[in-house]
Amino acid sequence: MIRALLQPHRLGLLALALALVVWAGMTLRWDWIPRYWELGLAGLWRTLWLLVLSTLIGFLLAVPLGLAQAAGPVWLAAPARWFCTVVRGTPLLLQIWLIYYGLGSLFPQYPWIRQSDLWPYLRQAWPYALLALSLSYAGYEGEVMRGAFKSVPHGQLEAARAYGFSRWSVLRRIWLPQAMARALPTLGGETVLQLKATPLVATITVIEIYSVASRVRQDTFIIYEPLLLLALVYMAIAGLIALGFRWLERRYATGLV
Amino acid sequence: MPEWLTQLWPGLEASAALLALEPPGWGGNLLRGAASSLIIAFGAFSLGCVIGVGGALGKLGGGPVARDLLAVYTTVVRAVPELILILLLYYAGTDLLNQALRAFGYRPIEISGLAAGIGVLGIVQGAYATEVLRGAIQSVPRGQIEAARAYGMSRVQTFRRVTFPAMLPLALPGLSNLWLIATKDTALLAIVGFSELTLETRQAASSTRAYFTFFLASGAIYLLMTLISGKVFSWIEAHFRRGQAGARA
Repeated sequence: MIRALLQPHRLGLLALALALVVWAGMTLRWDWIPRYWELGLAGLWRTLWLLVLSTLIGFLLAVPLGLAQAAGPVWLAAPARWFCTVVRGTPLLLQIWLIYYGLGSLFPQYPWIRQSDLWPYLRQAWPYALLALSLSYAGYEGEVMRGAFKSVPHGQLEAARAYGFSRWSVLRRIWLPQAMARALPTLGGETVLQLKATPLVATITVIEIYSVASRVRQDTFIIYEPLLLLALVYMAIAGLIALGFRWLERRYATGLV
Repeated sequence: MPEWLTQLWPGLEASAALLALEPPGWGGNLLRGAASSLIIAFGAFSLGCVIGVGGALGKLGGGPVARDLLAVYTTVVRAVPELILILLLYYAGTDLLNQALRAFGYRPIEISGLAAGIGVLGIVQGAYATEVLRGAIQSVPRGQIEAARAYGMSRVQTFRRVTFPAMLPLALPGLSNLWLIATKDTALLAIVGFSELTLETRQAASSTRAYFTFFLASGAIYLLMTLISGKVFSWIEAHFRRGQAGARA
């Protein structure tokens, strides 16, 4: 690792990168940071929990979607395949707007929804953002899980059945763990894509880290600095996701046949 | 309109009127938006492929500095949200171009949304295409390339006659995926105010307040684009896989 960095041309490139950073620190404007610091942290927090919750909910939906397509009867497989095709075939931005503006304009027409206990939440934007992001992740991962379920050797499932495992315990103890382990590398990449999708929810007034940066741009007319800082933040999060999945792969995906 | 259909769906006639091609219907706007989405997607995809070929060749055969810079390019583009890249490249690109123009004594110009959209999405696509093509080129058996070189073909000839045709079937699934991403990424240009399908849809929806009608209609248009291009790509793939060992259409 260190030795790879010490090649002469890399040293030159590193020096160049360092010079760029120093130049950026000296000449660009960073005086807005103290004023927007707290807002930025709150935005970062919201981005992170939107990401984590939507991947978790999306994955929980993706397992049945993939299972239905890989082994389900036609009346389950066909709707699941259609759901995945529709989600993967239309832009996420359109889905977000459909859910937020469409459902958001539909719900107030029903008095029983307005009187329900959920209404205070349904008037905010984040439940719609979370729903749209989760459904999108479920659509993409349903397809991934379909391939993963299919790639587990059939003989193993038959052997488990022959040992007297019930269908449910075959799924729980053999099929699902192996399918997940096989899907892990793809899931890591897809989770980074999900991170890259989160700023879209800023268009429906959810205040996450991207919308904080655009607010800085609108308030102070500083264009590049917030965007550059934002790019760094996203790269750091993407790096952490990649590291996390590499750890998971080492832990769970070794010794697969 | 059939009786049973209107009974099943009472708002159908109103929706059909809203989607009519002639004003006051908004169908024409949606189709115009779809056309500009397709143009941008096609331009960005082509630009991305050109960048991708260059990037892949640079990553495989370039000098150490070129390789490192290409690694930085693909890593950064694949880790930073497209939306931020679009904003950064859009503002920075216009700024740099105008500064260059001013330095040479020309008057600053306004970059058209179309050119900016194609340029920015093309750079994003280029990073993904680099990785797809690099993988494909790497899986061309080494012996074939060496044989071509041994026959006395130049590097360019080897690439044109051997490497390129051999890697194309391997690259096509990745490239078709990229094309689908390109059609969907055009929607991001709605945020910088370029009137492609998604922005036209939103304008139509918010001025008529018929959100479901318009968003579902343009979802159907996008889906149609995706499904048709899926068919076209699988046809192309079958065409280029002819005569390959273990070929399966």
